[in-house]
Amino acid sequence: MIEFQSVTKRYPDGTVAVDALDLAIEDGGITVLVGPSGCGKTTSLRMINRMVDPSEGTVLIDGRDVRAQSPSALRRGIGYVIQNAGLFPHRTVLDNVATVPVLTGTGKAAARKRAAELLETVGLPAAFAKRYPAQLSGGQQQRVGVARALAADPPVLLMDEPFSAVDPIVRDDLQEELLRLQSELGKTIVFVTHDIDEAIKLGDKVAVLRVGGRLAQFDTPSALLANPVDDFVASFVGRDRGYRALGFLPGHGVPVGPVSSVPVGTAVDTARGQLTDGWAVVVDDAKRPLGWVSADLLSSSGDAVSAENLISGGSLYSVDAESGGTSGSLRNALDAALSSPSGVGIAVDSGGAVVGGITADTVIAALAEARRSGEVPT
Amino acid sequence: MNWLLNNLDGLGPIILTHLWLALVPVVVGTLVSMPLGWASSRWPVARAILVPLSSLLYTIPSLALFVIMPLVLGTQSLEPINVQVALTLYTVALLVRSITDALSAVPESVTTAATAMGYRPIGRFFAVELPLAVPVLIAGIRVAAVSNMGLVAIGQLIGVTSLGLLLLQGSQTSPPNFDQIIVGIVIIVLLALVVDGLLALLGRRLTPWARVGPKAGAAT
Ligand SMILES: Nc1ncnc2c1ncn2[C@@H]1O[C@H](COP(=O)(O)OP(=O)(O)OP(=O)(O)O)[C@@H](O)[C@H]1O
Ligand SMILES: [Mg+2]
Repeated sequence: MIEFQSVTKRYPDGTVAVDALDLAIEDGGITVLVGPSGCGKTTSLRMINRMVDPSEGTVLIDGRDVRAQSPSALRRGIGYVIQNAGLFPHRTVLDNVATVPVLTGTGKAAARKRAAELLETVGLPAAFAKRYPAQLSGGQQQRVGVARALAADPPVLLMDEPFSAVDPIVRDDLQEELLRLQSELGKTIVFVTHDIDEAIKLGDKVAVLRVGGRLAQFDTPSALLANPVDDFVASFVGRDRGYRALGFLPGHGVPVGPVSSVPVGTAVDTARGQLTDGWAVVVDDAKRPLGWVSADLLSSSGDAVSAENLISGGSLYSVDAESGGTSGSLRNALDAALSSPSGVGIAVDSGGAVVGGITADTVIAALAEARRSGEVPT
Repeated sequence: MNWLLNNLDGLGPIILTHLWLALVPVVVGTLVSMPLGWASSRWPVARAILVPLSSLLYTIPSLALFVIMPLVLGTQSLEPINVQVALTLYTVALLVRSITDALSAVPESVTTAATAMGYRPIGRFFAVELPLAVPVLIAGIRVAAVSNMGLVAIGQLIGVTSLGLLLLQGSQTSPPNFDQIIVGIVIIVLLALVVDGLLALLGRRLTPWARVGPKAGAAT
């Protein structure tokens, strides 16, 4: 557990970056510090590994004042990842990752062996080991940065906007990768970002800071979306927070109804007879959805329904058919319905085969039911 | 060419003396300028003093510096140490600025990361900042080494023997001994080129990372 006990940081020029912060960060989860630029996120993070020392108050790790150790000894036991990775340009990827073990006296050979394992852990090919950072893309460099922070197997990992300099698609990858890693490693991660979506996606708990370094709210993402404590938090979490809050509600209450499907290659005349409300979903041999056909489209098609001539489908809502439960949220369900050209969202099983359809009104009904049963946090 | 053939035997020792006079100051100057460059990249006050001071030092004509050395050091005017100390000062003057700039150019994300990994300031300097300054440092050392090759010859005027002897003797006979002068100049130029080439090679060996770009060696 990392505890901030009425911690204030006043820089020599008089700026109060953090003001009387009280925060208890649980072990084994991702705690996100989020807030507008200049609200003291980096300063707070750096007070944990003593790159910044508080003006007042105490920071404790597992009940022990961080000042009980020398800064360098403390830092070697805490992983740190920064924006743009900050890799050492003159060292190979492997030696970058081996940095901390070598510093703490692990032999070079052992440190490199461990580093090679870590490259795999963060999803980089072994061939990258001998490259220099300049030979990697930004996203790959960031993975190396994460591997380097993990090299000494520290229980605590500090991450300061690690993914904000990469493009949105790579960022999404890296976020998924971090969640996967975390589910395996169970570190105590303190993650700084100014992106509320990232905070909500990654955080087990989210601390929203306001400018002047004051804690506005510390809550789970769903509670934050459902119950912002004030206008600042409400406007910070964003306008469509109601919609995003659906992401935290499981979709198992949504009934999956039938949907008309035709295998690709079906004769057009047969297919016409299968349409429901003028639409049918076209599936391949494994019953995976390929797209939609409409009455209009069929009248302009040749003899058979072809995979090339389809109306592309919306997002898919995944249902875990074996257990009878669902792996999607209400948000996935609603999005599947809204993004489908026919208005019917396609539900698929874990193998990707079509199992049925869902409509927006059934999702809304499920939401109403969830509210009645108290599943929606208030 | 006759002069060269007749004096071949005496050239070896004089070349070695010349190299000794020119290169010891490069080594000592490099060692001295490293902590100075480090200090001035770290503390603005040190920079405000050291950088202008070294520029100023560099503008003093070499002959003037050679002449005042015995006064400053309390040495005899014929001692080689006068030339070597003066050339060391030039080397320091040249390198302090480039080391300062090279260290200041290390990206903040890199030094921050090094600190966060648990490097202490001195360890960080040798493990991260100095290696990254090597390309600029080598460039500075090359300039210092080449210019020292020429400056040593001027030391002949205060009586410190080097290849400058060939130039001085050759010009003091009547008529001037052009063979001797040309041999002296050619050897000095060749030495400068060889030393420069060796330093360039050393620089390449030390910085394989500096020659890779985002595209080089990309396999996937
Ligand atoms: N070394 C410093 N000296 C003086 N003021 C500082 C220093 N470092 C940060 N500050 C100020 O403290 C405040 C908080 O800075 P901090 O870097 O912690 O913010 P942040 O939340 O990380 O911002 P960003 O999202 O832009 O990274 C800012 O007003 C900043 O200008
Ligand atoms: Mg910051």
